[in-house]
Amino acid sequence: MLTPLAQTLVFGILVGALYGLVALGLSLVFGVTKLLNVAHGELLMIGGFASFWAFSLLGINPYLTIPISMVVLFLLGAVLYKLIFSRTVKLPEESKIKNTLLVAFGLSIILQNLALKFWTADERAISTPILRTAIKVAGIRLPYARLANLLIAVFFLVVLQLFLRKTYIGKAIRATVQNWEAASLMGINIQRVYLLAFAIGASLAGVAGTLVAINFSIQPNMGLTWTLKALIVMVLGGLGSIPGTFIGGLVLGLTESATSFFINSNYREIAGLVLFLLVLIFRPQGLMGAKET
Amino acid sequence: MNKKRLLVLVLSIAAIITLALLPLVITSDSTINLVILVLLYMALASSWNILGGYTGQTNLGHAAFFGTGSLITRLLWIGGMPFFGAFLLGGLGAVALAMLIGVPAFKLRGVYFAIGTLALAQILNLTVSNIFPEMSFNPNITDYQLLPRYYLFLALTVGTICVAYLLVNSKWGLGMMAVREGEDAAESLGISALRHKLLALAASAFLAGLVGGAFAYYHVSYYLNMPFGPEWTFDPMMMAYIGGTGTIIGPIIGSIFFVGLKQLLVWNVGEYHLIIFGTLFILIVLFLPGGLVELWKKTQSYLRRGPGQRKKKATVQVA
Repeated sequence: MLTPLAQTLVFGILVGALYGLVALGLSLVFGVTKLLNVAHGELLMIGGFASFWAFSLLGINPYLTIPISMVVLFLLGAVLYKLIFSRTVKLPEESKIKNTLLVAFGLSIILQNLALKFWTADERAISTPILRTAIKVAGIRLPYARLANLLIAVFFLVVLQLFLRKTYIGKAIRATVQNWEAASLMGINIQRVYLLAFAIGASLAGVAGTLVAINFSIQPNMGLTWTLKALIVMVLGGLGSIPGTFIGGLVLGLTESATSFFINSNYREIAGLVLFLLVLIFRPQGLMGAKET
Repeated sequence: MNKKRLLVLVLSIAAIITLALLPLVITSDSTINLVILVLLYMALASSWNILGGYTGQTNLGHAAFFGTGSLITRLLWIGGMPFFGAFLLGGLGAVALAMLIGVPAFKLRGVYFAIGTLALAQILNLTVSNIFPEMSFNPNITDYQLLPRYYLFLALTVGTICVAYLLVNSKWGLGMMAVREGEDAAESLGISALRHKLLALAASAFLAGLVGGAFAYYHVSYYLNMPFGPEWTFDPMMMAYIGGTGTIIGPIIGSIFFVGLKQLLVWNVGEYHLIIFGTLFILIVLFLPGGLVELWKKTQSYLRRGPGQRKKKATVQVA
């Protein structure tokens, strides 16, 4: 009884780290630009496909495809921001969130149907023998692919934090979060900060997409599921808080695996969504309370 | 103004009579099915519009209400209840669900209602597919007739549009629009934002639940979670936007346009119409928030005024 439970919890944490990474880009974009990009799941899907093709056509090591999907998504994010989202920046905050929400939905429908057209509805995954092996510690199975999630998620979390704290651009981004008008008076080019934040958020979706293709599978209409996961994690962690996002991911991972263990794995996703609704209703500032990034 | 209103009334009655007589002229089932689809979308988009368009609350979980109506109606009706009782209970069930989510979510502003309803629809979608994984069949398939279904949809759509019209032209409707334009300003004038939002939500959910009930009556067999799918939210929402939110005619135009485009592009494999529709939707949200109705009005006033300022003066003098 105890070992299976411990196994479940460990799995929850390892998957939760991936959930945190999935939400990291969304949280960054929302925190900086106040755009709620509900096409995040579709960006993740495209990142997954970029890695999948690099792996299966060029034979690149699955984890070395991460830079490829990051670059692809960085460029795509920049283009989408320039073409579409930059036009909503000047609106007042409430109608800005609403309009970007709508626009992003339109975008998600377009991306989904384009992906269906080019890559068909087949389910695909990146799989190699070594990814399926596991080590055993005290009777608990630790698959390499899942361990890698934790390492990669922590790596990107730390890099993002260092980038925001130490670099000039990172400081400009944080200044914009605090007060964009004052920041722009100090000579910070707000449009460029927004563009960068959006493109970085998209490239983080790309990383997450690669890991999803390795751990689960990818398919053109997977977007909504992952967008919802990212939204859940973001709300659990407090809107726009980056360390909170990671903890929110762990909470979601543990909730899901506990539900599979005690109830039924079919209800895994529902448990996450119910938790989300409860938090929205009773603690809209998030479980951790939203402090500034 | 009065003359214009009379014209609209006459045209609407003519349209209703034409639609009512349509089955006498057209006997092909596929055409009738197509008209049913247009009617369904008209009613669903119009019901979304009461809350999303007139009250300014973006509802991303309309499928939850449509699905609840269809689920309750289907289970009760197949279980032996007379259809109209089941139909009504389906609508009321959707209202009950709406109140359950609406009261807490509306206390929060802006985006919370949108993502809350999105999550709600997905919860129901997954739960229903877990509880009822098998396809639902209509046992009385031998006496299935298309015409009663057609007239049910026609009556429901006309009824929905009338209810929407009466509601938004009432005192409550003015309050709803005031809430949309600015909650604080509305509150300062003594309009309870929460009460108006809840009323709009209840009306919207009730009508969507009834459309769901009609859907359950119309289809011979389907998976019970199918009406909870996200497309039942996004398609009507896009129709309302493309036609013009916050107008009665907007969702009507939008749904004709949507089904028309779908039919035109059906020859190709894949969902081209959704790519085109999605693009159009983005363009409208960004550049033409009033939709096709606004485009029409702008063109009209442009034509009436003439292209230049000078011409405008001249016509004024002549008049």
